[in-house]
Amino acid sequence: MKNINVKVNGIAVSVPEGSTALEAARAAGVEIPTLCFLKGINEIGACRICVVEASDARGLVASCVYPVKEGTEITTNSERLIKSRKTTLELILSDHNKECLTCIRSTNCELQKLCREYGVENQERFAGEMNKYDIDQSAAHMYRDNEKCILCRRCTAACEKMQSVSVIGANDRGFDTHIASPFELPLGSVACVSCGQCITVCPTGALSERDDTQKVIDAIIDPEKLVIVQTAPAVRVGLGEEFGYPLGTIVTGKLITALRRLGFDKVFDTNFSADLTIIEEAAELLGRYTKKENLPLITSCSPGWINFAEFYYPEFIPNISSCKSPQGMFGAVAKTYYAEKMGVDPKDIFVVSIMPCTAKKFEAERAGHSAVPGLPDVDAVLTVRELARMIKKSGILFNQLPDGEYDAPFGLGSGAGTIFGATGGVAEAALRTAVFNITGKNAEKLEFTEVRGTQGIKEATYDVAGNVIRVAVASGLSNARKLLDMVKSGEKEYDFIEIMACPGGCVNGGGQPIQPASVRNVTDIRTERAAGLYKDDLNLPVRLSHENPDIKRLYEEYFECPNSHKAHEILHTGFIERDKY
Amino acid sequence: MKSLDELNIIRDRAKIKMKSKKDNTELIRVVVGMATCGIAAGAKPVLDALNDEVSKLGLGNVAVKQTGCIGICQYEPIVEVIEQGKEKVTYVKVNAEKAREIASKHLKDGNVVSKYTVGGTIDSVDDGICSVDDTAFYTKQKRVALRNCGIIDPESIDEYIAVDGFAALGKCLTSLEPDEVVDIVKASGLRGRGGGGFPAGLKWGFTAANKADKKYVVCNADEGDPGAFMDRSVLEGDPYCLIEAMTICGYATGADEGYIYVRAEYPVAVARLEKAIAECNEKNLLGKNIFGSGFEFNLHIRLGAGAFVCGEETALMTSIEGNRGEPRPRPPFPSVKGLFGKPTTENNVETFANIPQIILKGAEWFSGMGTEKSKGTKVFALGGKIMNTGLVEIPMGVTLRETVEEIGGGIPNGKKFKAAQTGGPSGGCIPAEYLDIPMDYDNLLQIGAMMGSGGLIVMDEDNCMVDIAKFFLEFTVDESCGKCTPCRIGTKRLYEILEKITNGDGTLEDLDKMEEICHYIKENSLCGLGQSAPNPVLSTYKHFKDEYIAHVVEKRCPSGVCKNLLSYEIIADKCRGCTACARVCPVDAISGSPKNVHKIDKAKCIKCGACMTRCKFDAIIKK
Repeated sequence: MKNINVKVNGIAVSVPEGSTALEAARAAGVEIPTLCFLKGINEIGACRICVVEASDARGLVASCVYPVKEGTEITTNSERLIKSRKTTLELILSDHNKECLTCIRSTNCELQKLCREYGVENQERFAGEMNKYDIDQSAAHMYRDNEKCILCRRCTAACEKMQSVSVIGANDRGFDTHIASPFELPLGSVACVSCGQCITVCPTGALSERDDTQKVIDAIIDPEKLVIVQTAPAVRVGLGEEFGYPLGTIVTGKLITALRRLGFDKVFDTNFSADLTIIEEAAELLGRYTKKENLPLITSCSPGWINFAEFYYPEFIPNISSCKSPQGMFGAVAKTYYAEKMGVDPKDIFVVSIMPCTAKKFEAERAGHSAVPGLPDVDAVLTVRELARMIKKSGILFNQLPDGEYDAPFGLGSGAGTIFGATGGVAEAALRTAVFNITGKNAEKLEFTEVRGTQGIKEATYDVAGNVIRVAVASGLSNARKLLDMVKSGEKEYDFIEIMACPGGCVNGGGQPIQPASVRNVTDIRTERAAGLYKDDLNLPVRLSHENPDIKRLYEEYFECPNSHKAHEILHTGFIERDKY
Repeated sequence: MKSLDELNIIRDRAKIKMKSKKDNTELIRVVVGMATCGIAAGAKPVLDALNDEVSKLGLGNVAVKQTGCIGICQYEPIVEVIEQGKEKVTYVKVNAEKAREIASKHLKDGNVVSKYTVGGTIDSVDDGICSVDDTAFYTKQKRVALRNCGIIDPESIDEYIAVDGFAALGKCLTSLEPDEVVDIVKASGLRGRGGGGFPAGLKWGFTAANKADKKYVVCNADEGDPGAFMDRSVLEGDPYCLIEAMTICGYATGADEGYIYVRAEYPVAVARLEKAIAECNEKNLLGKNIFGSGFEFNLHIRLGAGAFVCGEETALMTSIEGNRGEPRPRPPFPSVKGLFGKPTTENNVETFANIPQIILKGAEWFSGMGTEKSKGTKVFALGGKIMNTGLVEIPMGVTLRETVEEIGGGIPNGKKFKAAQTGGPSGGCIPAEYLDIPMDYDNLLQIGAMMGSGGLIVMDEDNCMVDIAKFFLEFTVDESCGKCTPCRIGTKRLYEILEKITNGDGTLEDLDKMEEICHYIKENSLCGLGQSAPNPVLSTYKHFKDEYIAHVVEKRCPSGVCKNLLSYEIIADKCRGCTACARVCPVDAISGSPKNVHKIDKAKCIKCGACMTRCKFDAIIKK
């Protein structure tokens, strides 16, 4: 692409044609504050924080969407601009619930940070009528407090553009504008898939996960309860960010120690049940592939995707693997096999999941086939953010913790389980085991790199001893929609499809630490976090689900063989079409 | 329509049909103003009565037709009688009864019913004047955009063709290259009539220059300025003209599809447009291979749901696309990335209405009218404190004084002119000192007002300018889409300051803050709505600062409008103790026994003014 020459605050810089003033500034080493801008997702120029002066424009322009041309001169920090931005902040504050001291996003709020940087001393300068809203607590996974909403529309853009779900949007107009669902229905009454992407892009405390920490603390202090905890693959690569570690840092050892110090009786690894999922799912795939029945098989690990399918693509329900998700399998095994083994009444076992996901909260509560009738497989789900808050509240100096090890018998997870946390990981893990199942020996090269990476849709075809397996991987529900539409129209045919609701998979889940737009817009957090997981996979002694000794023992002692009757009773479930309204 | 010859044959036939019967005897043409304004005033029963009476009386030589808006609103319903070789007779404020009388006396017997004519009915018009064309309201007008309104039957394609309709399109398609058409529009100097005044030819040229697999033409018929209704007049009175102009634009810019975005509050316009489009499709004036030229053009109507912001071109396109009508940042401009992401030319109704005449009569003819940088005519909607409310089309450059005093007939009740607001809620006010400035785009901008869509609201000494500013701002606060911060919150805070001032709670610091926030909103807003929202405040503050100061410092509303700053008092010397005021007071704020001086309890008084109206002795005054 052709480069053009522009000047930012007098600094000459050459940028690709089509660059925005914001990009040009960054190239010149100049930061322009933004609030509504999310690269590729929300480019609407609405908040007006990023206004700059441009030599080829009459008034002030929003740098996030203003294309520079050859010779354009941009000024980003004149007194006039700084005053403008400050006024914008003061106006936002004039209709903002300013309970910053107690706000869940205090110190991690983009509005708060800008107010501090721009020296807003008088937050009442434009005091006037304020909008009053009730907090929407109707959904299983999150709260919406519109009194803290700054109408940046990042949540609606995430919902619409990333996820093609569009259950939220702007209602009313002018000063009364607010984000809500159609007809003011509460979020719990619309076809929201609970992915939580809206929360992770929210710059303020308007959106937050439902806080279940007290429920967990109550269980921990209950002497009758055996409280066991599982940690999902992507948690180990996300949690560190809450404690200042760089993106992509694996903190498994400290995570385990922290959980133990919080009082959990046993600390287990969801990687273990991810391996179990692979064993079951690979067997299911082979069965269907041989019979050419209900193909493509579509993965069921992502509860956001399951919700999406049940609401929007019910015709694909027969294709979805009947396997419970790794979270569900873990809970099911804990309350059956583990309870028997330990001689504990399953009623006294309290299963907590630490998840990078908000939809897992919904999944844990959905009516379905629990392993022990009347008891949920999982009792409480905490997102990475909630866990971090618990750790901080308990005075645990996370960074100084010694590394711990998972407890037996569910403490061993393979590298295949670890990579579940990145898009393509489930497919890769399944392929590793499928090759073994078909050929009786392991693939020479365990890395199926074709299905790695953050592209929305990936395809690959593998010839396993003459069996051609056509694989597709989609992450982000708008990509899933595209892929499924192609399958539906007959344009594409596959044998196996992995779908993750969140773009990039669980590493970018709705329950992961919140990275501000200033990071998101310049760093691909999905790639960074996924790289951590792939590194973890490489370093693990066992990299194949079927070689996990804990899994082998589980089948020997309990389930006999994959897809056995007992396995079906305990590890599998079913899905149903749900009404959108 | 396969050729120009075919059009000419239809034209000649239709021309004759408008004037004479099949046996070549001359027809008396009777038209009834049946635009929304006429219908609202009761034109339908008039039309029915005329038809009924004409058929009862067996008047085979009379053709009763509906027509669009004749322009002079307050005299509706209007009936005009046009007879070959005779002066047109305009009957005003007609009802069914009068219509029957007109039918029998005038249409049958040939005797003009003078008492119902414009001269006979309206005090300010000389008794001898029968035709509205001879009134001051009309003599100064030059009708280009409105030329067919009030003349032809808007539901008859033949009548449109009879007045040279589609001849411009035929000329373009059969003898002009697209770039030649663009050049003509450029040379005419026509500027957008919707607000910004951007040169239409340049706009067309930009779109034409962009190569794309698909382009669109969009007509902004979402007329939303309070008090402006010229677009409705064209839509209701001359819908084929718009279709012709948009098709010409399509040809010139390389677009094969167009959308008319018309507000749903204009049902008559929508119905007539739908009918006209269907007729054009049938007659192959839309569709494939128009005039045998190979050019294809199709038109659709989209209804606006009542949001003012959808008059902003990018919001309008977003709305057509099926989304919430919110503006998007420019650049990219619509000529690059418009409707559905394709190059798009958008003009408003009045702009388009000029096009066929420009093509037929030439760029020079058009640029011969107006001022140096503002060519042609402009339609103004006269409203407020003025005698002749209605639509007037005058050449650019006519002074405000001529418009108000001569065409508009001056201000009622002998009151003094204080200011005129142009450009609606985005515009500004023009004080008396600028009465003699020629009105065109640049002059208006220079004095802090703007042309806008042409709403012209006249205010007299009884209007409080702070209250006026508050009124317009209330409109924009309500109509802000809520997308960008400055408009969503800024206009609200600005409104609150004005409220504080009109309530008597304002301070001098508030005035500074008001000015500051005005400039902030103008500079920082995303679209034209926000960028122009503070204009009414800034212009009234500039020209009538003393009124603001009086509200803030003296806690006084000089015009006696702002209720909170008013008080009613009884002058003891004049009060006879008749008790009338006490009896009419809705809140029992007046006390006093019969034949004794009464008193108003200011704490209780709600300042409704009922007592003052009731008092026969002028004993109550407003302070």
